Amino acid sequence: MALLPPLARSVGSPVGNLLRRAGARLTSPLLPDDYLHLLNPLWSARELRGKVVEVRRETELAATLVIKPGWGWASTYQAGQYIGIGTEVGGRWHWRSYSLTSTPVKSDGLISITVKAMPEGFLSGHLVNGLAPGTIVRLAAPQGNFVLPEPPPAQILFLTAGSGITPIISMLRTLDRRGPLPDIDLVHSAPTSADVLFREELHALSAKHDGLKVHEQLTDAMGLLLLKDLGNVCPDWANRQTWACGPPALLDAAEALWAGAGLSDQLHLERFSVALAGAGGQGGTVTFAKTGRSVTVDGATTLLQAGENAGVQMPFGCRMGICQSCVLPLLEGSTRDLRSGTEHTEGSRVQTCISAAAGDCVLDI
Amino acid sequence: MAISDIKAYAHLTPEDVEALGKELDAIRRTIEESRGPADAAYIRKVIKLQRGLSAAGRVTLFASLFPPAWIAGTTLLSLAKIIENMEIGHNVIHGQWDWMNDPEIHSSTWEWDIACASSHWKHSHNFIHHTYTNIVGKDRDVGYGLLRVTRDYKWQPKNLAQPLIYALLASLFEYGIAFHDIDVSAVKKGRKTKETATLQLKEMGRKIRRQVVKDYVLFPALTGPAFVGTLTANATANVVRNLWANAVIFCGHFPDGAEKFTLAEYESETPAEWYLRQMLGSANFNGGKLLTFLTGNLNYQIEHHLFPDLPSNRYADIAVQVREICERYGIPYTTGNFAVQYAKTLRTIVKLSLPDKYLTATSDDAPETASEKKWQLRAA
Repeated sequence: MALLPPLARSVGSPVGNLLRRAGARLTSPLLPDDYLHLLNPLWSARELRGKVVEVRRETELAATLVIKPGWGWASTYQAGQYIGIGTEVGGRWHWRSYSLTSTPVKSDGLISITVKAMPEGFLSGHLVNGLAPGTIVRLAAPQGNFVLPEPPPAQILFLTAGSGITPIISMLRTLDRRGPLPDIDLVHSAPTSADVLFREELHALSAKHDGLKVHEQLTDAMGLLLLKDLGNVCPDWANRQTWACGPPALLDAAEALWAGAGLSDQLHLERFSVALAGAGGQGGTVTFAKTGRSVTVDGATTLLQAGENAGVQMPFGCRMGICQSCVLPLLEGSTRDLRSGTEHTEGSRVQTCISAAAGDCVLDI
Repeated sequence: MAISDIKAYAHLTPEDVEALGKELDAIRRTIEESRGPADAAYIRKVIKLQRGLSAAGRVTLFASLFPPAWIAGTTLLSLAKIIENMEIGHNVIHGQWDWMNDPEIHSSTWEWDIACASSHWKHSHNFIHHTYTNIVGKDRDVGYGLLRVTRDYKWQPKNLAQPLIYALLASLFEYGIAFHDIDVSAVKKGRKTKETATLQLKEMGRKIRRQVVKDYVLFPALTGPAFVGTLTANATANVVRNLWANAVIFCGHFPDGAEKFTLAEYESETPAEWYLRQMLGSANFNGGKLLTFLTGNLNYQIEHHLFPDLPSNRYADIAVQVREICERYGIPYTTGNFAVQYAKTLRTIVKLSLPDKYLTATSDDAPETASEKKWQLRAA
């Protein structure tokens, strides 16, 4: 049992941490942070916070949010990683994950994410159009292993579509600051040139570095890039280490192509959205045992959403079924993996972000 | 004997009770669906106010050698502790604000400024008291194991001292509730292992130590020459909060009209009957905005017991609907002036210190407890 919120997260300076620790004796059962953030919202390391300092429109549908993180933000992240961002809408905090588009090799301490408003994405629309500079957001620490090794390989292919470019731009910005780029082919798909995120910057980088070749597949005019024709735009793809990010269809096709060539170990994937098209659970009543709450949901609502809607503090990470941060023991009943349709039964540990109730079930939280 | 047949007591048919349950469910749903930014802004404003009062009180006490500063600092700190415990802590720990999905204002993370650890409170209060409300022998808040607050309990010689015991309990209330969940009698009866109790005692000790060190060592020491002034101010603030919290809580279930129930009633209970028991077993008191705020909206005890996890700022609105329902179904809705309700509570505590032979009423028709036999007895 914790009588105090964890002081584990550092505020950066050893003296600051010492003062906080001493101060916590006086502010018990709260932390000094709980008082200080009322003066300046960023003066708290209890929960990671950030202030939106700039909202930069990138395309008609996308905007970059430049964020100044508050206390407790460990500035070390790797290009290609994602963060969790929480915003308050209607009195309630909602969380999503986005790739960082900023580079860690920078001293201004700011981070950025670039968000594309999805047609039915209520939160992505809010992030693109609803956040004014000065808004305070919550942050979750960077994570993910969609990153370049150190040193980067000599030959790279970046295969992206739509907002799948976001982790890649962070990698390019980072490589650019370190010196000459290795041999990189970027094959990027977007409906029209106006939809290409970071278009000017990509062309400027390409002009600056001999190693970087940019192929734009403008799908409205040129049609979808069929991966069987990948050789036309990148003849030596089989010799390259490839990082691919984009919609599920592209990534599934890439997985098949690389597997067919026996080169799966050269392909690194980042799935942005998870295709929750699986069989679907039939829904049911989800009970959260320790918190004593329960909620009735349909077969398309994830257990994570169900818990958050019921006000349960659910652990989460990527929210797309890859990081295992959200795994909880299933005490009773069964759930269905919305990606694969696999049914999990009592006693197993389930990823709540991609599972739905298949009848009534009980989770251990 | 307390109520064993709640429908007979309330003159309701099973259909009436189920219909009543549906109406109350509908109120819950309406509130749940309408929780929004205004509610979130409310609790954040209260938290800001409370932390401001607390900081102002602590700072003022640096001048506690100077009597007006002692009075001002003590008042500020007392208010801060009352608001923290009543409107914020108690309600956050009930999960009233969990819907905001804010980890900093959440039942799973909130620890309050009182000797009782919030995890122990969640068990003894949220679970035991709110589930088994007023069931004699099951709800340990009926007398807290120290007081005979209903003649359903057999008189024992130690009850003679209960006016004095009550005065001590009220003044040291935070330690009483800190110890409440250890439940020594359960250990004696073998319903709880010694190991569990020992572990809990250690947790209790840690929480009390933090509270004591803060209020009686560190802050007095920080104020240097004003050590004694700050110490007495902090002690006063804690006692003021204890007396206040105790008065509010005791007015919730011990004034006349807040009924007690038997285990038999509980064992056959439907969810709708649970609602009915909460209504009959709780008592409100009237209050303006300020009094309501300082009680943490617990002057709406009936509404709180019906919907313990709905935001407290909504209880006043819910009360209008609940009262209307009570009138329509002919169910008593116990309320009154705060002082009168508290006086009735104190009267019961003093009166029941005496053996039954000095009491006139029976447990079927007494001010603090009654049963369904009351109606026959009265008719006869």
